[in-house]
Amino acid sequence: MLEMRGIEKSFGAVRANRGIDVSIPAGRIVGLLGENGSGKTTLMNVLFGMVRADAGTITFDGRPLVHHTPHDAIAAGIGMIHQHFMLVPAMTVAENVMLGWEDAGAWLRHDAVAQRIAETSTAYGLDLDPHAVVGALSLGAQQRVEIVKALLRGARLLVLDEPTSNLSPPEVARLLPVLRKLRAEGRSVVFISHKLQEVLDLCDEVIVLRDGAVAGACPVAGATRETLATMMVGRELPPPLARVETTPGREVLIVSDLRALDDAGVERLHGVSFSVRAGEVFALAGVDGNGQAELADVIGGLREAMHGSISIDGDDVTHATVTRRLRAGLAHVPADRATTGLVSAMTIAENLALRESDAPPFRRGPWLDLAATRALADERIAAYGVRAEGGDALVATLSGGNQQKVILARELGRRPALLLAAQPTRGLDPGATRFVIDQVLALRAEGAAVLYISTELEEVMAVADRIGVMFGGRLVGVVSRDDADLTTLGLMMAGAA
Amino acid sequence: MIEDILAASVRIGTPLLFAALGGLLSERAGVFAVGLEGMMLAGAFAGVIATWLTSSLGLGLVASAAGGMALALVVVIATQRYGADQMVTGLAVNILALGLTSFLLRGFGARGEAPVLRVPTLAPWPIPWLADLPVLGAVLFRQPPLTYAGIVLALGVAVWLARTRAGLTLRAAGENPYAVFAGGTDPVRVRALAIVACGAIAGLGGAVLSLQQVGTFTDGMTNGRGYIALAAIIVGRWRPMAALAACVVFGAADALQLRVQGFRLPVSSYVIQMTPYLVALAVLAGVGRSARLPAAIGVPLLRERK
Ligand SMILES: Nc1ncnc2c1ncn2[C@@H]1O[C@H](COP(=O)(O)OP(=O)(O)OP(=O)(O)O)[C@@H](O)[C@H]1O
Ligand SMILES: [Mg+2]
Repeated sequence: MLEMRGIEKSFGAVRANRGIDVSIPAGRIVGLLGENGSGKTTLMNVLFGMVRADAGTITFDGRPLVHHTPHDAIAAGIGMIHQHFMLVPAMTVAENVMLGWEDAGAWLRHDAVAQRIAETSTAYGLDLDPHAVVGALSLGAQQRVEIVKALLRGARLLVLDEPTSNLSPPEVARLLPVLRKLRAEGRSVVFISHKLQEVLDLCDEVIVLRDGAVAGACPVAGATRETLATMMVGRELPPPLARVETTPGREVLIVSDLRALDDAGVERLHGVSFSVRAGEVFALAGVDGNGQAELADVIGGLREAMHGSISIDGDDVTHATVTRRLRAGLAHVPADRATTGLVSAMTIAENLALRESDAPPFRRGPWLDLAATRALADERIAAYGVRAEGGDALVATLSGGNQQKVILARELGRRPALLLAAQPTRGLDPGATRFVIDQVLALRAEGAAVLYISTELEEVMAVADRIGVMFGGRLVGVVSRDDADLTTLGLMMAGAA
Repeated sequence: MIEDILAASVRIGTPLLFAALGGLLSERAGVFAVGLEGMMLAGAFAGVIATWLTSSLGLGLVASAAGGMALALVVVIATQRYGADQMVTGLAVNILALGLTSFLLRGFGARGEAPVLRVPTLAPWPIPWLADLPVLGAVLFRQPPLTYAGIVLALGVAVWLARTRAGLTLRAAGENPYAVFAGGTDPVRVRALAIVACGAIAGLGGAVLSLQQVGTFTDGMTNGRGYIALAAIIVGRWRPMAALAACVVFGAADALQLRVQGFRLPVSSYVIQMTPYLVALAVLAGVGRSARLPAAIGVPLLRERK
């Protein structure tokens, strides 16, 4: 169905794709794997006409695509769901579907289009309200909007770039059958993911990229997570860092009876209390949307607490500014890297210095010390394995996973007394995920307190000393690492225990 | 008296309305319309010159739209082709228009002096039947043609933005241009067309001033109206009919100001002339926070983004 031959693409000195050959047969789900920055998104953007390849040929359904634009790709029957969604948040689902869709006609017919959206979403079990405003939808629902858009435009090949990295497990469980149904209809799917288990469950075959070239391809039957991971990194992953025994010290973070509203003014946090000690990792598990996001925002100082108190190292910071919290020892890795985590129009070096720019070594008198900033950038880029041209590269030009690494480098690199990490491994490849876990454990060994919020149970089990489960805006249970098992945690997350 | 002032508000609000509608298209597409003042001035100038040369008001109107568009093209090339900052470009274009029109005007006079080019003005067109209605007749239906055109244009822009797919695409370009791109349309083209349309409409706004109200061109005759139009866009929250209402309010402030000057109050006339701007500031401060800009306004497009 699709043949890509010898695709080359460089951005300045970075060779994102160096002669990639792939072919996608009809009626198959093909997994596209590779470490952060290995060129997956670039390859798919070339296919979709979002970026122009330096060399190479593309044939889709026997017809060549030359110098094509997204318009041509859509017309040929290719649909793409981007890593960062391409929707207009301020508009309704129907308006987003009509955007750029010629069959919708010159005059907007909201009702007719809403009807078609409703039909398609029923047929595929997508459950969408055509009149809902996209910005108010969950990420999972936004993704289903993208799927409906592609289906209504008659896509026969659907490319999904990390569709599951910001979905909660139940949302993932809803997505996979939709993709299987598309396959059953004879359409093909390219599925990019860092979650190897998902790839093994869903895909028929996998293609692995490494450093912008194809490192291997194989059918999924017979592959294991280990073989895939080895193909991706080209060597075996080192064993995880051994957990050192720590004796939890003083209470660094104390949260008591916290209540807060969400953006829409609905109470999402109904009185949460806990504490985290020095040298301890307290993990909060739970399905997304059960108050974790609001809790993280309130502790980070991005959202006002309606009731209750927060103290960091004995300092009451309930109503303190973000700066004061940082000074009290807080480091925050926000779940939403694009808007609160990074300034994407600034360079890596500037982003790394953001938190500390008012203290030496970055400050000399009233001036920023650019040399120190650059030196720090070089050091952290190396230490955290950020794939970039250098500290002067704009954050906007980094691959998704590498953007996440910049945040981690900034926050963990400060050796904070308290780390608040929300979904820190989102979009990271298995090697980088391991790296984050190792770093968190190292921080713990140095005596820092860590509040680790994640929807991935496996990860939670790997880092946590104690695990709390959030459900419906409450902390419904806390278990220690030794007593935790996946089944009970799963039940608690579903609100059943 | 009240009738008079209301009728004058509508008349005085007309140039603002054209400029605001043009600017609204540009801003909804994601480009700050700082250059409105210059586009109006260029339109006012081109309209008078063309009418003077050809004695045809029709050609004068065409020329004024073309004059505004010429300036808009400068904005397109600077901001869309070379990625220049929208604010700076807009201001530069305003200064350019002020200098260029003054300079060119002198080219038509003897010994480098600014001539007074008298041209006929567009006379009021009372609308049969409706013009005889009490109050409403005088306020709305005994106006000159461009005033009617402005109101029709406002309705047209409102419907076009809300009901057509092209309007949807324009709005999306101001909200998330990458979504437009991924949807198969080139957002740079959308923005460029929006700026050019803005230039044409704002140019006509200049013609309202020179060909409908004054009948000649004088240096810098727009006198800040482009900026008032910008305020009207914001007060109207980027919606055409609300912007129209805002323009009438600013027009009323100006109309009152003119009347008050006639009373010989012991206040400098310059202070009284400031009122429309003070009204604009006060209203803006009031609207301030709640106004929602198009999300991607001012954001330049990086051609190769992921
Ligand atoms: N617009 C751009 N300008 C400069 N460099 C870029 C640009 N887009 C991508 N790159 C670089 O190309 C390389 C490949 O990036 P790409 O986004 O394709 O990676 P990826 O495999 O999708 O990674 P991830 O899993 O993190 O999403 C990276 O090193 C990235 O920094
Ligand atoms: Mg990617």
